[in-house]
Parts: sequence; C-alpha cells; structure tokens
Amino acid sequence: MHKPPESPQTLSIWRRLTNHTATGFAMVAAVLVIVPLLAIFVDLVMKGASSFNLAFLTQTPKPPGEVGGGMANAIVGTGLILVVASVLGLPLGIGCGIYLAEYGRGRSGDLIRFTADVLNGIPSIVIGMAVYGLIVLRQKHFSAFSGGVALGIMMIPTIARATEEMLLMVPNVVREAALGLGIPKWRTALSITLRTASAGVITGCMLAFARVAGETAPLLFTAFGNQFWNLKLNQPTAALALQVYTYGLSPYDDWHKQAWTGALILIVMIVGAVAAVRIVTSRGKLKGAS
Amino acid sequence: MGVGIEVRGLNAYYGKHLALKSIDMTVPANHVTAVIGPSGCGKSTFVRCLNRMHETIPEASAEGDVKVGGISVYGEGTDPVEVRRRIGMVFQKPNPFPTMSIYDNVAAGLRLNGFRNRRQMDELVERSLKLSALWDEVKDTLHKKSGASLSGGQQQRLCIARSLAVEPEVLLMDEPASALDPISTSKIEELIFQLKQHYTVVIVTHNMQQAARVAELTGFFLMGSLIEYDKTEKIFTAPADKRTEDYITGRFG
Amino acid sequence: MTRSRFQNGLDELKEKLLRMGGLAEQAIDQAIEAYRTRDAKYCQKVLINENDINQAEREIDELALDLLAMQQPMAIDLRFIIAVVKINADLERVGDQAVNIGQRVLDLISEPEVQLPVDIPRMGASVTAMVQRSLESFLDGKAEVAEAVLQMDNVVDRMKDEAFVVLVQKMIAEPQTTRAALNVLLIARNLERIADHATNIAEDVIFWVRGADVRHGGAHFRA
Repeated sequence: MHKPPESPQTLSIWRRLTNHTATGFAMVAAVLVIVPLLAIFVDLVMKGASSFNLAFLTQTPKPPGEVGGGMANAIVGTGLILVVASVLGLPLGIGCGIYLAEYGRGRSGDLIRFTADVLNGIPSIVIGMAVYGLIVLRQKHFSAFSGGVALGIMMIPTIARATEEMLLMVPNVVREAALGLGIPKWRTALSITLRTASAGVITGCMLAFARVAGETAPLLFTAFGNQFWNLKLNQPTAALALQVYTYGLSPYDDWHKQAWTGALILIVMIVGAVAAVRIVTSRGKLKGAS
Repeated sequence: MGVGIEVRGLNAYYGKHLALKSIDMTVPANHVTAVIGPSGCGKSTFVRCLNRMHETIPEASAEGDVKVGGISVYGEGTDPVEVRRRIGMVFQKPNPFPTMSIYDNVAAGLRLNGFRNRRQMDELVERSLKLSALWDEVKDTLHKKSGASLSGGQQQRLCIARSLAVEPEVLLMDEPASALDPISTSKIEELIFQLKQHYTVVIVTHNMQQAARVAELTGFFLMGSLIEYDKTEKIFTAPADKRTEDYITGRFG
Repeated sequence: MTRSRFQNGLDELKEKLLRMGGLAEQAIDQAIEAYRTRDAKYCQKVLINENDINQAEREIDELALDLLAMQQPMAIDLRFIIAVVKINADLERVGDQAVNIGQRVLDLISEPEVQLPVDIPRMGASVTAMVQRSLESFLDGKAEVAEAVLQMDNVVDRMKDEAFVVLVQKMIAEPQTTRAALNVLLIARNLERIADHATNIAEDVIFWVRGADVRHGGAHFRA
C-alpha cells in the first residue's frame, strides 16, 4: 500500500456514497422494468376503453364494414382452446418434470432434457404448421382441438423444466423421510416431493399458460378463427389473439378500435387467471409454512 | 412389541467400494442398541442396510442376511417398501414435511399407505404424539401450524411421532440428537428410554456419552468392521479390544 | 496427540500420588527409627509429615474430581482415576498408622527400656518393602508386581500372630513388662494394618491395569 492511510471519516463517507449509489441504481432498474408493463397497460386501456362495452363482451363480430359487434365468441374460444392446451400440457409437462427430477439422472434423462430444450426453441408458427400437417390435414377441418394441441405442445417444455428445477430444489432429506416411512418412490414423488415444490411448479405452469395464451401464429392453421359462435372442439374456433391480429390488419377503423379492446381483454384475462391461482393457493398456506 | 434383528455376513457397497465387511450382529428385542465409531466407519451405512434405505442411493448395494423378527429383509421377493414400513427411521437433521401441518405430518405415513378411517387416524396421531412426548405442546395447533414452524427439538419429536404412527416394530435412529441443544437432547434420550418398552431401538451416535446414557448394548465399528459388541457398561469401563479403548478414551478419532 | 489437557491432568495425578506415597514411606521409616533409637525427635518428624500427607490427600481428591467432571474419562482412564482415589485413602491411613506408632513409641520412651522377643525393625522392613513395591507397581502399571505384594501379606500376618503369642506369654510370666509389651503389640498391629493397606493398593493397581476386581480373595472380571 503506497497511499497514505485515509482518516476513518473519509472512508466512511466514501463507503456511504457508494452504498447509496448502488441502492439508487437498483431502485432505478426496478422501476425501469415495471415501466414497459405499465406503459403497455395504460396504452391498451386508453385505446381499448372506447370500444369496451357490454356488446363487446356478448356479441359476435358483425360483417366487415359494419360498426359494432363484439368478440364474445373469441373470448369463449380462447378459453376453450386454453382448456384443451392445459389438459394436454399440464399433466405431460409435470409428469415429464417428475421423470427428469426423480428418475432421469442418466443418459435417458439428458436426452429428454435436450429434446425439451429444442422443442422450446422451435418457432411457434412451425409448431402450428406441424400440428396442421398432423391433425388438421387428417381430419380435413380446422378445430379448437388442434389449436389446443399446438398450444399444449408449446407449454410442455416450459412446465417440464420448471417442474424439474423446483423438484430438484426439494432437499433430499424430505424424500428420505417419506421413503423411510415405507412410501413407494412414485408416491413419494407425487404426494410429498411435488407437494413440497408445488408453489414453484404452479408458478412454472402459470408462466407457460400466460405465454401460450397470447400466441397467434400456432392458431393460424389450426383453430383458424371463426366469426360465429362455436363450442364444439372439432370446429374452427375464434381466439382473441387471432381476432386481434385479423382486426388489426384489416382496413376498418372500427375493427382497429376493437382490436385494441380485444388485446386489453386478453391481458385482463391472463392477469386475472394468474391472480386467481395465486389467491387460491395462498389460502391453503399454513402458519409458518415456507 | 419390538422384535429382534439378526445380521449375518452383511456386506455393503458403494459402487465397487466395500463399505461394510461381513457384519455379524444380534440385536435383542425391546432393547436399545447403540452403534458408535469414528467418521466413515460404516455405522450409518449399517443402520441404513437394516431397512433397505442404503440401496436408495445410486450405485449402492448390499448383500447378506438380515432377519427382522425372523423374516429375511433381503430375501427373494421381499418388498423393500414393506420392509421400511415395519422399520421406522429418524434422521440426523429433523425433516418434517415442510408444507404439511403437524397432523398431516404424523398422518402422512398412514394416509399414503391407503389408510382412510378418519377417527382411527385421529387416535393414532394422538397416540403417536403422546408416545413422543409432543402431544401436550401441540394438541391445540395440530391443523393450524406447519411442521416446520416448531423448534428443532420439537421437530425431531414430530419426526419420531411420524415414524411411530405406522406402528413399526423397530426404530432406527441416525444421530437423532446431534443437531439439538442439551435440553432437547436429554428429552429425546428420555424418550428413547421409554420407547424401548414397545420397540426395538438401534441408535447411531458419535457421542459416546449419549451411547453410555441410553443404550444397553453398544457396537463399535471401525473401517467397515464390527470390532466389539457387548454390554454398554463393559465397553465403557473395560473394553476387550485395544482399538475400542483407544477410540472411547479419545486417543484417536 | 489428542486430549493433551486431559493427559496432563492424568500425569499430574500420578505424580502427586507417587509423591504422597513417598511421604507415607518416609513416615513409616521415621516411626521405626523412633522405636529403634528411642529418640523423640523422630516422633516429631512423623507428626510434621502427617500434615503434608493430609494436604496431599486433599489435593489429589480435588484433582480427581475435576478430571471426572470435566473430561468424561472412559475405560482405562476411568479405572485409573478411581484407583487413584482409593489409593489416596489408603496412603492417608498409612500416615495415620505411622502417627499411632509414634505415639506408642513416646509412651515406651517414658518408661525404662524393656527387652522383648519381638523384632519390630524387621517387621517394619517387610512392611516398608510391601508399600514400596505396591507403589512401584502403580508407577509402572505392572500387575505382576502388584500380585507379588499380595503374597507378601501372609508373611507379615504370620509375624504379627507370632508377636501376639510371644508377648502374651511374656505378660503372663513377667507382669511388670505388661505396659511395654502392650505398646509393642499395638505397634505390631499398626504395622500389620499398614501391610493391609499396601495390599489394597496392589489390588487397586490390578483393577486399573486389568479391569479385574481381585479384592476379597477372588478374581472378578466384568461379565
């Protein structure tokens, strides 16, 4: 050390300054992250509120050129497609995650992990086209079912990897305690390990759900869209994201406005679903549980 | 009631490494038997072979004859899950199921083995908590508090209650008090003394004074072999083998 | 080496006990010398010695207690400390016996000398040898040496019995020698008691070294 020693006061002031600067920087960064989200939301509200009325929520689209109508069928359609996607994606994703965490520490596990990562990276439109080829062409019609399958396939890698991560974070002593009680391995994985990791797994599922809820490309060739009501799984079905896309590209002003509203509704639905799940799961929490 | 354990020619492996060398040992019913020895001597491995927990570690295996209550644990067609139901285990670090209430923790073994009768379950939970001297402290918060919210000593007694709920015949304890303070430790030791009326207890401990306090028989393990196995008083006042003496007088290990 | 603090404690305990043993041997020598020379100054020496012996007893008991409480000794270490505590008590009694001999000698000196057919110095030498050997067995931790001491006790017992017979005869034949004869008989008895204490010390050494309880004539190993 060649510098002359600084007085304690100087060091302390310097240290405090650095501390405050770092803290300030972190706070600014946090705010900057929230800003885009708020901006989008505010923008949507501003642009979408004008067309937001009861008709929007209850009526089907009017023919092109006519003012009015709504996206009721698309709202229900989105819900229908997401249900199919979840029925496919959740069990497969979680099951795959359980396999990877509890049974797949060797070569087979690595292979599956690799496959999941690849699947994750495939562009959504490619998945849509693949499902088109596999299901739509065979059935010779578009359907909510095929749309759900496409979205479900997209959910699987995210859920599987998140589930695996969360399960691996469960300390091994918990598994040992269960095994020591004479609980078979599969039951331990489902009822003890998964339950312990449930908070994280649910978060992973929510993330996957939120991600696919807004996907448009995979639905282009599978659900295809529909101007009318449809509640059957084997018919083309409207979806909010599709509708927004179609309306947004159209030449009609009214449809543009409705597109904004549709986007707003979509966001509200997703946020609402996530919030609902959070509330339901937190009610079951015990005093002192992590 | 407890049953006796007969071990003949037990070998245990981690991959190719032989960790236990041809162990012969007879554990009498309704007694407390302590297993002592320096780190890495195989005492934990030995105990985990008794309830076939050893093989849950990847690449680990065991061979030999272990009879619990006359029934061969490693026999052809013996289900390891069934073995573990009859032989309970308490671990070094208390490990209650974190997301479950106290009641659910104790009932976990019952529920997940298909037990349904609610009233009987309530009785068994109460009995187990009373046996492990925890009932009075938790009887009002059975369903409200989570297992993880208890103190260390209470958590360990909860784990003991959980093991007892499935009504095992043998209770294995791997250094059950090593993570606890002296008062909790003495509560656990007192508990072990009471438990032997109903169960056969095998306790692994690196604390010789604890072995001296709770066990009637003590086995000294060194580098995978059982060096000496005798009444606790004999081991601690006049052991027959010099290696035993060197260990317990603290000359090594 | 592990537990050096404990080992130091054990070494200190041994050293203190051997030093006390030396004091006890000294006390016996001084008492016999007092008898032989009929010189009161040796009796005085025995009394001064006694203070040192009592002080040593206190120190040894305290150190042993501390080691038991603080170090949780096991097996051979535990037997060693127990043996030390017992030997401690025996050596203190040896000191008391020497003082008793001194008092008998003072009484003998106050009267004119009487010739008696008992060789106290010879008996004293045997007893001293026993005490010496028992302490030697403790120093070296040799059970065989201790066993030899157990054999020597018979010799001293016989000497005391012979002295009894001879002195009683003398008292009956020459009643004026009774006072002196009784004093000498008591001295012989004191010496025989010292021999018993030496035997106890030897038995304690065997207990320490072998873990066998050989008291009261039998060998009792832990079942």
